[in-house]
Order: sequence, then structure tokens, then C-alpha cells
Amino acid sequence: MSLCPHMQQRLFSHQCVQACQSLPACKPVLTPGWVVEIVDRYDIDCVPESSRMDKVSYIRDDSIPKNCSRFMKVHKYMKAPIYIYYQLDNYYQNHRRYVKSRSDKQLLDGQKYHDTSSCQPVESNNNRPIVPCGLIAWSLFNDTFEFIREGAELKVNRKNIAWKSDRGHKFGKNVYPFNFQNGTLIGGGKLNPEIPLSDQEDLIVWMRTSALPSFRKLYGRIEEDLDVDDVVVVNLTNNYNTYSFGGKKKLVLSTSSWLGGKNDFLGHACVFVGCSSLTLAIIFMLLHVKYRRPYGDTSYLPWNRKSFSG
Amino acid sequence: MNLDGETNLKLKHALNVTSFYSSAESLKEFRAVIKCEDPNEHLYSFIGTLYFDCQQYSLSPQQILLRDSKLKNTEYIFGVVIFTGHDTKVMQNATDPPSKRTKIERRMDRIIYVLFSTLILVSFIGSLFFGIETNNDLSGGNYTRWYLRPDKTTVFFDPRRPAVAAFLHCLTGLMLYGYLIPISLYVSIEICKVLQSIFINQDQAMYDEEMDRPAHARTSNLNEELGQVHTILSDKTGTLTCNSMEFVKCSIAGTLYGRGMTEVEIALARKRGEQLTEQAPIDASESKKSIKGFNFRDERIMDGKWVSEPQSDVIQKFFRVLATCHTAVPEVMGPDEIMYEAESPDEAAFVIAAREVGFEFFARNQTSIKLRELDPTSGIRVDRVYELLHVLEFSSARKRMSVIVKNPENQLLLLAKGADSVIFERLSKEGRAYEERTKEHIEKYSEAGLRTMAVAYRELDNDEYKTWEQEFLKAKTSVSADRDVLMDELACQIERDLILLGATAVEDKLQKGVPGCIDKLARAGIGIWVLTGDKRGTAINIGYACSLLRHGMKQIVITLELPEILAQEKEGDKEAIAEASLNSIKLQILKAKSQVTEESSTEFGLIIDGKSLTYAMDKNLVNSFMDLAMRCATVICCRSSPKQKAVITRLVKSVTGRTTLAIGDGANDVGMLQEADIGVGISGVEGMQAVMASDFAIAQFRFLERLLLVHGHWCYRRISMMICYFFYKNITFGFTLFWFEAYTSFSGQPAYNDWYMSCYNVFFTSLPVIALGVFDQDVSARLCLKHPLLYQEGVRNILFNWPRILGWMFNGLLSSIIIYFLTTNSITGPAFRKDGQVADYSVLGVTMYTCVVWTVNCQMALSINYFTWIQHLFIWGSIAFWYIFLVVYGSIPPTLSTTAYKVLVEACAPSILYWLTTLLVVIAALLPLLSYRAFQIRFRPMEHDRIQIQRRRPESTEYDATQRRLSESSEARTSSELPSEVRIRIDNLKASSKRKN
Repeated sequence: MSLCPHMQQRLFSHQCVQACQSLPACKPVLTPGWVVEIVDRYDIDCVPESSRMDKVSYIRDDSIPKNCSRFMKVHKYMKAPIYIYYQLDNYYQNHRRYVKSRSDKQLLDGQKYHDTSSCQPVESNNNRPIVPCGLIAWSLFNDTFEFIREGAELKVNRKNIAWKSDRGHKFGKNVYPFNFQNGTLIGGGKLNPEIPLSDQEDLIVWMRTSALPSFRKLYGRIEEDLDVDDVVVVNLTNNYNTYSFGGKKKLVLSTSSWLGGKNDFLGHACVFVGCSSLTLAIIFMLLHVKYRRPYGDTSYLPWNRKSFSG
Repeated sequence: MNLDGETNLKLKHALNVTSFYSSAESLKEFRAVIKCEDPNEHLYSFIGTLYFDCQQYSLSPQQILLRDSKLKNTEYIFGVVIFTGHDTKVMQNATDPPSKRTKIERRMDRIIYVLFSTLILVSFIGSLFFGIETNNDLSGGNYTRWYLRPDKTTVFFDPRRPAVAAFLHCLTGLMLYGYLIPISLYVSIEICKVLQSIFINQDQAMYDEEMDRPAHARTSNLNEELGQVHTILSDKTGTLTCNSMEFVKCSIAGTLYGRGMTEVEIALARKRGEQLTEQAPIDASESKKSIKGFNFRDERIMDGKWVSEPQSDVIQKFFRVLATCHTAVPEVMGPDEIMYEAESPDEAAFVIAAREVGFEFFARNQTSIKLRELDPTSGIRVDRVYELLHVLEFSSARKRMSVIVKNPENQLLLLAKGADSVIFERLSKEGRAYEERTKEHIEKYSEAGLRTMAVAYRELDNDEYKTWEQEFLKAKTSVSADRDVLMDELACQIERDLILLGATAVEDKLQKGVPGCIDKLARAGIGIWVLTGDKRGTAINIGYACSLLRHGMKQIVITLELPEILAQEKEGDKEAIAEASLNSIKLQILKAKSQVTEESSTEFGLIIDGKSLTYAMDKNLVNSFMDLAMRCATVICCRSSPKQKAVITRLVKSVTGRTTLAIGDGANDVGMLQEADIGVGISGVEGMQAVMASDFAIAQFRFLERLLLVHGHWCYRRISMMICYFFYKNITFGFTLFWFEAYTSFSGQPAYNDWYMSCYNVFFTSLPVIALGVFDQDVSARLCLKHPLLYQEGVRNILFNWPRILGWMFNGLLSSIIIYFLTTNSITGPAFRKDGQVADYSVLGVTMYTCVVWTVNCQMALSINYFTWIQHLFIWGSIAFWYIFLVVYGSIPPTLSTTAYKVLVEACAPSILYWLTTLLVVIAALLPLLSYRAFQIRFRPMEHDRIQIQRRRPESTEYDATQRRLSESSEARTSSELPSEVRIRIDNLKASSKRKN
């Protein structure tokens, strides 16, 4: 439910005409259509023109700074909290090899738990188990985003983006990623070895593997409202390699309603199912009218038909 | 094992020479040698010789106790073990009990093949794509999906060897989609069938109070086959009739004795439309204490009045024969009470009749028979001892039995009784005084459905007897294969020049409710064949009595008793006879066929005798014969042997390819019972052998109606629904896995947590199916019986034909598509909760699984017809249990519960989208079936739909009017079609009410 300020204004203007109808009213708006969403694909635009021919070597070259600025125009008023997501497409976080490559016990107990065989092929370095081990952790997403509106930095809250149960019970409070990403081949992002896993929320969000190859993950929250025609400048570092497998990267800013984010599908599906039910009902009615037969007419029972024999 | 389970008394005795060895002491000195045949399976013959004291003594079945025999009337015996273990006759007879499987199960196997092929196909498709995807991981020397580390991979995901990876994936796929093949189906079906059998066993309506016997499903795996019976093959004696013989009439010296009418006669009289006037005398005599096996009313003979009859000496001789010529054993129960244990109920009826008339047989030992009879001259009852010299036993080949006795006057007498045809050809010239009239009477009796037997005697010449006896004893002691033939020949020699005394008529009473039951079964469209050993006339009359043959039905008789064949038989050229017979049968069949095709509107009854049947079974003729038989409503095979019964059953089974049910009660029906798809044994008086060989045992024929129309129909419906539904639910589940896997680049990742998958068939979907398989009923038992045509659903296999099975499978596929695509599109992608969280792998798994559980259980709720609290409990309980399971499983520490940790409590339950998605998906997934059912019930209703609609319809005046009009017209129709049966029932009711008054 939300009461749109726009509506309030309209009501106000009609006040003098029909006083009785201008009583304080709350109009429940039961549609997720009020959710405002801004999607910005940046994976191609953030590669300099000169490197576009070979994006893979560009992204792999650590010597080139990967900073990039994007401009996002707000078309509709966005009420805080505004959720920041990064979206990856064609990224198989649900691949069997990938999903299995983790150790829940190690995430909780750290080095006390030695058996990291499930973390293949990223299980140990210099004969010591990597904390946290496994492909999922190793390929941690490491693009970063900064938001500036009218010259001032928008504060991004990056706390409480992971499930509470994950923070409390799946990732250990005394487990520190002391030897993470120290190997010869470095996959994704690095972690601050001073912070225990239970506070590494980026990692926790990433480790909740996605259901489908196209997915969003929560990056943080902007806790200020964005007005219409505001321009948000996004300073991002484009570190993560999706070019080698042709994946897309998008930045999403979205508000949410009681139904969650902007998702028209459910509405369309409801309308479709409803319409097909209605169509069927009409067809049945027409058929019924055309082939009228009194309900329960026993003369249609086969043993009452004359032609029946045997 | 085929035990000779007949529980009647069999007379066994030792040889005279060894009979005095009756203590262990005396046996010490006993030295003898026994030579005998090799172990064989013939229960009723034994050839052996005892060498003792340089003498040879023949051993017969009389001296042999079969394994498992029980001693009666004696405390102990001394004996010699001849064969043990597998050499015993009983074990030699053991054939492996046939393994019977139902048509539905056999079809189910084929469905499993189909599903297995689907499984392989799906795995193969998955592997193909997986191979391609894996191959793409290495393009131009670069690893594309670097986050999978293709550089440091195992053989399962190696992009350098994609073919191997694909092959190994195929195995993973087989495991993953194993849910397509419902292994739990077999277990569930077994559980259901056992419970169904319990319902059959406990059915009060099939419990026989008199005998204290409930119905008994001896095997639980043929229940649904009961609902598909196309042809019933029935024995007559003991099945349609009680096999409690009642002596009702006799013809002595050409005079008819015995009043009263048999049921068959009453039926016949109705058929002719005669009015019955003789009801009163029966009712009057009813007041007298009735004696089992005796229903003879004639004041001229009873109470010793026979003495004053003109032919009293013949009457005396007649009853003396009945009292002595038998193998029954008397059991003195009290001062005036004697029971008889006889090998056949006919024999008991004769002895009882003799006793009631005044020739009381009260003691027997090996060499004598004692009678207490009225002396006509003095008028007092005296004991007479008849010295029993030889018993020439009854056999089905000889069709007669006789005894040679020496009466107290030292006269040697041969007393014989047997089938009329056999006795008449052995009469002496002077013994034919009453032949013509007796023949007439026998004809009349058999027309009235009575079993007849001719009675004759002969006075033997002392010398003739002596010479005969010597030869006979020699034959008896000989150990050779043709001993039986030799003895038969010798018996023939002495059984000649007989003097006819008269004939007996014994009524084989119809079992209770047989005509009504047969009528119902016929109206259910089940063909009924009666296979009997009786004469044609008797068979036809019984056919009329139990409404197998109805008024307005045309009879087709196929027989070899035609003048030209008989003429040829006299000439004796066997080959010529055979050829002529074959041609004659061929002609008759062709003629009958053309007749049937011409008059397609009338019903036909086919009557064929055993001899003709052997020719009709000829390879070239059998098809046209079966074709003819199938077009007739009723088929009666008379004069058929047990073996023929089995052969016919096999033929009917193989030619029609439909389900056959054989019902019988005696040892002679065992072959038939085993051969048929379903064998139903009647646990009647003829022993337990048929029951042992049967699949279902009932106490009365009339229970067959309920067994088939109610239980059979229900079980068929339940099992077929259950199997279809099982395939549906597993396909729905299995294919959601497949769709999901397609979105994981076919890597073999299951959509659900392992434990969800393991519990699917065990906790969340199993109980409702079992409830369906055990309790579902489309219409109540009363309506099942009221609308016998409902049964045709099973016979035509409407509920389990391929379109229906494939329809259910398609429905499963559709459900899986709806569930997968609606769920993934609604829940993944943007946030699914107000706090901005997105649905991950575990949330999608739970949502999809929730939708599957809801959909599958709601489909069940839509498909079943019978809701009791059990169904409600199981269906809604299964759904509720899924949530309970999630909460419990989710509260286990995350190292064990992995992706399920707090997934419902923390992630899904607070999300409104989760619940809305569930609702939408369930509605969308149910829509196809719902609209199909609505269409089908409205426009293509099946029988049960019609009956349900009719029953549910609220009362209204318009409806009442149509109903009345219809019922009037239908009543009119029924009464014109089945006048005799209906009227008999009405009359019976009247009679019984009169009796009560």
C-alpha cells in the first residue's frame, strides 16, 4: 500500500468542488507497478573503445585502471530505501561443479575443519586449506560502485544485505580469510583478512548461489529518496570478467513494494489464467446452449436407449 | 499343490490275509514282499501285488492311503510305506500353480518400458547439450567459463574430452530422472491390493451364514481383474446347483411314485404358461419334519404302505438294491438316528430314501451289510444280513456300479444301478418288462432337471459265479498295465442279463439366488458359459431354471446324435465316423453362423455336447466355432469332461484375448480354475480342492454378482486410477527436474535439496494415492448393482486404455511445464520480498517443490470421487506435512540441512509473492484437467458420471414425471423380456410369506 503524493495533490485541487469527497482518504494501491527500477548495462560501455576488440585481455590486464563513470537519470520519484543490485547474465552459478565446490563446515569452523575435498579444485594452497575454499568463494564478484548526486556522495548502506541466518549460523565469527586469493590464479575479489567471515556480507551474498543463469544480487541500499530528474553519477570499477563467456553486467537501482521488486510477469500470468478461465467458461456456456440436455435426463443412459442390445 | 482335498470318507481296508495283524507283537513275524508300479500321478489307481506265504495278493487303491490322509472310525493302523517324498502320488500330482498376473499389470509393464525409453531419451538429450556446453568451455585455446576452472577439472567436466563427459553425464541423468519410473508404485499397489482383499474378505454381504463362510481372496493380485471379466465359465453341479441331492421321485415296475414339483418343473411350467395348482400338497407335507436329502412324498409307499401295492415284490427288491448297492458307511448317532457317509451325495440320497421307506441300512463291515427291514408277511421289522462278496465299483467310464451279495436265503444276487443307457443295454430278454415305460419316465425326469439312475438286479447261478470269481481274483492280483481293462471286461461279463426294476430321480437343487445373479451378470454384458457333465436335456432345463436361457432366446444345438452319424457308428469304421462327424459339425456351425448374422436382433443360446466339442476344437474349425460362440449370449457345453473344460477355458482365453473367469466347486474344475484368468472356487460340499486351486473362494454362486459388479468394478477403477495418477505425479516431478537442469547448462544439478527428493514418494504424495487405491468408489455398492452396465467400463478397459494413460502422462508434462515456467518467472530475477532480497537457488527449489506438492495433491482431490475424512486427512495432511517438514528440516544446523536452513521460516513465509505464486501455479496447473473433466462430464459422460449426475440431481416435478414415465416404460420392457424370472421371484415371495403364516 502506498499513498502517492501525486494523488494527494489531485485530491487537494478538487477540494473546493466536492467538499464531502475530500475527506482524508487512503487509497490502497495494490499494484507493484509503482515500483521504480533503473537498469544500466555497463559491461561494454566501460571498456575503452581501443580495447573493445579484445575485451578479455583488457579485463585481465591488472595494470590498466578500470574506473568508469555512468550517468543514471531518475524518471520517477524513488522513495528510500532504494536497493542496489548487480545483475549478471549467462553466468551459471547453478552449475553442478560450481554449486558443489564449497565447504559449509569450513565456513563455520574455519581451519579447525581440515577436510576441504569438497572444495575441488580450489581447496588448498601450499598444503594449507584456503579459507574460504571452493570455486564460489574464489570467483567472488569484485566490481565496486559509488553514487554521487549533485556533487555529493549518496550514502550506500552495505550492512544487512545478507540473510540473517547466514550471518549468524553459516559463516563463522572467528573465521578469518587469512590466505584467500593467494594462489597463482586469482579468480575474483579479495577479502580483508582482518574481518571475520560473518561480517563479510559481500561474500555471504555471493555464496547464496543463484537459481538461474541470469540473476541479481543485492549490493547495498541508498537510504535517501531520489527525485524526478535527479542525475546519479555512478563511479564504478569494472574488475569482474564476464567477457570471456559473453556474460552481461548490469547495475540496477530499484525500490520495492509489498510484492518485492518490479515483476510484471505474475500480473500478466494472473490475467492470462483468468482470461483463459473466462474463455473456457464462455465456450462451455455456448456449447451448453447449443447442445441443450436436461441435467440428469435418464433417457440418455445407454440402457434406456432403444438401440442397446446385449 | 493339487491336494485331493475332498474331505469325504473314503473306505479303505487291509487285505483279508493281513487284517488280523493288529498288534505290534504279531507284526514281528510278518514277512512279505510288495511289488508295485513306479511312482505316478494317478490318484485313483494303484497296481501292486503282495507276496506273502508263497501266495500273491493284489493290491488296489482300496489298500492304499494317500499322503495326508486322516484316519476316521479307527484308532490306528499298521502299514507299510510304499513311496515317500516326491514319489508319493500327491506330490507327483503337484503342478506348479500357474502364475497369474492381471492385464493391468501387464500393461503397466509396457508403460514402464515407455517411461524407461523416455528416461533414456531425456538423459541422452541432456548429455548431448551438456557435451556441447562443455565443449564450448574451451574455445580457441581460451577457457570461457573461467569460474568453473576448466583448466583444473575432473573427467566429468573436462572440455578437452566432451564426449566422455557427456557419456558420464548420461549416467548422472539416469539417476537424476529416475523419478520418472515410479518404483514406489509397486509397493503402493501391493499395499492397496492387500487392503482391498481385506475389504473383500470382510464384506458382510458375501458372508454365508449357514456355512459360516465369508468370501476369501486367496490371492491379492487379481482384484482389479475382477472388474474386467468378459466371459464366465461355470461348472453346473455344486456351483449353480447345491449338490445337495434330494430323492424326489422314482419309477418302480413302470409306475410313477413321488409327488411334488421341482424348481425346474415350476420354471418349465411357467415357461409353458401353465397355472400351478399343486402348490397346496407341498405346503401340507412341509409341516412334517424335513429330512436332508429326502423330499419324496407319496402316501402309497411311505410308512410301510408299499406292502399293499400291486407290485410290492418289485418295490421290495428296488429298495433293497438302493440299500445295499453302495459304498456308504453308516454312523449311528443315537437310538433312531443314523447318518451316512457316502462318496457322492447321490448315493447318500439313495440310502436315506431306502431308510425312510423302511429298509434301514445300519451296519457294514468288510464282508457284510446289515439291513433292518419290514417283513411283508409278518409286518415286523427284522434284521437281515447280506454277505458282501464283491463290489464292482463306479467309474465314470463304466457309469454303473454293482455289488454281488448273498442274501440270508443263500441266493446269489448281483445288484446294479447306473446310467440308463448303460443299464438298458445289459438287460436280459425277460428283464425288459418295464423297459418302455421306465424309459418314458426317465425322459420325463431328465426333462424336469432331475438326475436319473436305472436300477436292476440279477440272480446268479452258483457255478457261473464260481468260475467268474476265479478269473476275477486272478485279474485282480495280476500286476500289469492292463489290469484295469481286464477287470472291466470281467465285470462286464457278470453284469449282463439284468432285470430292470425301475429308475430313481434325484433333484439337484438350484442354489439360492442363482437366476437373479445370472440375469444381473448377463445384463452387465458378461458372457456366461456353462460347462457340465450332464445330459443335454438336464443342462438345458437347468439353463432355463437359472435364466441362462430365456424366453425369446433362440437355441442353437450342435450335436452328433443325428441319424446318419448314428448309422455310421453302427458300422464301426472309426475313420469314417470321425470324418463324417467333422463334416457334420462344420455344416452345423456354418448354418448357425449364418442364422446368427441374419437375425442379429435376437439373442441366441448355443448348446453343444462334449463329443461335438472335440470336433469343433479341430484346428480348422475352432475359429469359426469360437466366433459363433462369442455371438451367443449363453453357451452350454454338456457332457464335457474335466479336461475339456480346461481346454475350452484356454481357448476362450486365447481366442477372445479377454479376461475369463472360471467358477467351480469340485476337483474336476481344478484344471478350468487354473487355466482361467481368475478361478473362483465355491467352498461347498464337494470338498476343498477347487478352493485350493482358486484365486477367490466364495460360499455361494450368487456372491459372484457382488464380487464382480461391486468389488471388481471398484478395484479395477481404483487400481487403474492409481497407476495413471502415479505416472502423472512422477512425470510432473521428474520433468520439473529436467527443465531446471536445462537452465544449469545440463550440468546435472537437481532443482531440489536431496532430502526433498527422497521424501517425495514417501511422505508428500504416497498416502493420498493409497487412499485412492483403497477407498475410492465412483458409485455406491447399491448403485453398482442397480446399474450392471457400469461394469462394461472394466470389460472395455475404458479407464486404462492407452489414450487415457498417455493423456495422464501428457497432463503430467503440462503440469511440470506450468509449474517450472510460472515459478521461475514469478519468483526469480527482481526482489521477491519487500526488504529487497532476491530468490536464490534454495528459495526457487522450495517454491517449485511447494507448487508440485500442492498441484499433485489437488489433482488427486479433483480426480477422486469419494471423499471421506480419510481422504481429506491424507490429501491436506500431505500438504501440511510438507510445511512441517520444511520447518523441522530447516531448523537443523546448516551443515546438515544445507540449502534448506531456515528457508521457509526466514525467506519464504514472510514473502507474499511466494504464497501468491503457489496459488497462481496451482490454479494454472489444475486448469487443463479441470476443463477437460468439465467438458467430458458434460458432453461425453461415462457411465459412472451419468449415474453420479442422476443421483445428485435434486428432486423436481418435471424430473419426477420423466422418471416415472421412464421407469414405467423400462418396467414394461423388463417384464416382457424376463417374465419367468420375475414372476418366479414374486411367487417365491408369496409362497414364503404363506409359509410364515
